[in-house]
Amino acid sequence: MSEAKKPEPRVLPYVLAINEGIRTVLSEQDDAFLAGEDVAEAGSVYGYCGGLLDQFGPRRVIDTPISEKGIMGLGVGASATGCRPIIDLMFMDFIGECMDEVANQMAKMRYMFGGKATLPVTVLTMGGAGGSMAAQHSQSLEAWLAHLPGMKVVMPSDAYDAKGMIISACRDDNPVFVVLNKSSLAMSMEVPEESYEVPLGEAIVRKQGTDLTIVAFGRMVHEALDAAEQLKDVGLNVEVIDARSVQPFDTATVVTSIKKTHRALIVHEAVKFGGIGGEITAQIQEQAFDYLDAPVMRVAAPFSPVPFSPALESLYIPNAASIVAKVKETLEL
Amino acid sequence: MAQAKKKAAAKKPAAKKTAAKKAAPKKSAAKKPAAKKVAAKTRKAPRTVAKKGASNQGPSNKTLKEMHLKMLRIRRFEERSGKLMEDGKVPGALHLYVGQEAVASGVMQHLTSEDWITSTHRGHGHLLAKGGEFKPMFAELFGRSTGYCKGKGGSMHISNMDLGMLGANGIVGGGPPIAMGAAFSNQFQGNKNVSVAFFGDGASNEGSVHEAANMAALYKLPCIFVCENNGYGEYTRQSKHQAIVDVADRASGYGMPGVICDGMDVMSVYEAAGEAIELARSGGGPTLLECKTYRYYDHVGIRGMGLNYRTDEEVEEWKKKDAINNFEKRLIQLGVMSRKQLDALDAKICEDIEEAIQYASDSPFPTPDQLLEDVYYVKGA
Repeated sequence: MSEAKKPEPRVLPYVLAINEGIRTVLSEQDDAFLAGEDVAEAGSVYGYCGGLLDQFGPRRVIDTPISEKGIMGLGVGASATGCRPIIDLMFMDFIGECMDEVANQMAKMRYMFGGKATLPVTVLTMGGAGGSMAAQHSQSLEAWLAHLPGMKVVMPSDAYDAKGMIISACRDDNPVFVVLNKSSLAMSMEVPEESYEVPLGEAIVRKQGTDLTIVAFGRMVHEALDAAEQLKDVGLNVEVIDARSVQPFDTATVVTSIKKTHRALIVHEAVKFGGIGGEITAQIQEQAFDYLDAPVMRVAAPFSPVPFSPALESLYIPNAASIVAKVKETLEL
Repeated sequence: MAQAKKKAAAKKPAAKKTAAKKAAPKKSAAKKPAAKKVAAKTRKAPRTVAKKGASNQGPSNKTLKEMHLKMLRIRRFEERSGKLMEDGKVPGALHLYVGQEAVASGVMQHLTSEDWITSTHRGHGHLLAKGGEFKPMFAELFGRSTGYCKGKGGSMHISNMDLGMLGANGIVGGGPPIAMGAAFSNQFQGNKNVSVAFFGDGASNEGSVHEAANMAALYKLPCIFVCENNGYGEYTRQSKHQAIVDVADRASGYGMPGVICDGMDVMSVYEAAGEAIELARSGGGPTLLECKTYRYYDHVGIRGMGLNYRTDEEVEEWKKKDAINNFEKRLIQLGVMSRKQLDALDAKICEDIEEAIQYASDSPFPTPDQLLEDVYYVKGA
């Protein structure tokens, strides 16, 4: 009835949604601070920390030396003693520099101390290939982290989830890695201005379907949705689940879907061998073996370092075409 | 006068027989200045470690007694723990602190439970000096649910957050970045508390220590880096694992004062640590305090694996500088305690330890449902 114009939905790119997530947390939590390489004056190499130093000042937005062990140790020590640090690990690949602080200290301290330490620390890091950044700036190492009891690992696939998961991660009283994707930075969508949470540990069905279930991680969700569109042309109706969280993993949502579709395909950008897809495949056969009409299949990167040349990198990263092909193979088409 | 001490300290290799000899005070405990070596080439003007005020007449008898008690509690706890390990009564591996008691005791005398420390794999002494009690400590070593960590951490992760003890650490060099983070918390929260990172000469070669020290100096954090140079990184003597003799030399590279003290003399540690901690509390930033010390036992256990990496003569030589024996002589000399009182105290500590061991062995093991507890924080759990 009303002729009043609806306000234009506010559209934000992934990069600004990250910014807004951090901004929301720093506004809401006085004991939160952001620390990392180039996050303050430079506003991060990706631009997602822009304006934070001006708004929150140098006490809460802190440039660090290029010292990942130190930065991650800062996150461990400060979170165990009453702060809520947001630690920025510029490239996920740099985790090798601080794996002790992550794996042996951050993830385990609570357990080792008999539950008497609480570490509300969030680590933001950037994974993924696609920009010819070569073998040391392009990896997807979420499986390394998901293998650590005590650690939570999430992979927001879009701008809405990026903001909401950063907020949820920072409100959580456990160490959480938020694995962002550098090829998604410009991807835009409607993002509410207000504060909201996207729950950790809950997958979401992005597209309903009946013929096969695709479980995708991070940016691969969009490739899977593209593939699903293409498959419509050959009369296939696939379901697409955005896993969103790697640890804890929402097996229930996947199993529910497979009981309907009877087929599953896991898609991630990390290399296939030892990737999280193997674990999910195992969980599916443990919990839904009787419902399967075909082997659980995987689309993932081949077992090689990420190549530099665009000609090779485009072959390396899974995409809609490789997903379509694997769906057809699974369905013996 | 300090000049001579500086040079003497700078030339002393920790593992040699002459080590720390000159720093061993023979006269009044109260008068002796810590052997000191302030970093010469800091980027900023070199900081001078705070001088004691004229009103400071040295530690009170109460302080002396407390430090002695700390050392003796550690010594007896560790001797007994080592025996239990070698008799197969406790599971796993124990890294014992016997010989190094003066370091933990002298530093911790300046700290309260509000101050944070991180420890090493050789961590019992730090926790005891920070106020750890025998019963929950033995219970932890025994893997019982009444232990400080409910039996989930054991010797290498023993901790107590209420006492400000952020854990022993199974990773060499694991503690300093965490201590730096805790110091960051103190500064962020605007309180006057400090944090102390204990680490060894072995750990001083780990990148994590360098990164933590650089950041602590950069942010002027209230963090004290206490290097317990016992002359060995596990089974490798210092001269085989680093080209320097004094770890404190590295302080100038971090931009903080470097101080050396006699880690076999609790008064030397007490005075040097006091200045470093005072500096940190007053916003003056971190100090690298190197304590020249020695462990009497093997890297693990008492006799350990019996590896041929040092001589019995070397061990005996260091035992002549024993922190507890020498300090007890001094307490008697100063009339602070009599031999009789010292013996009675010792007997009481041993009695308490036996009682604690009984308590620990009578305590229940963790139940199966505790296996998966405490992996994550769960709201309302």
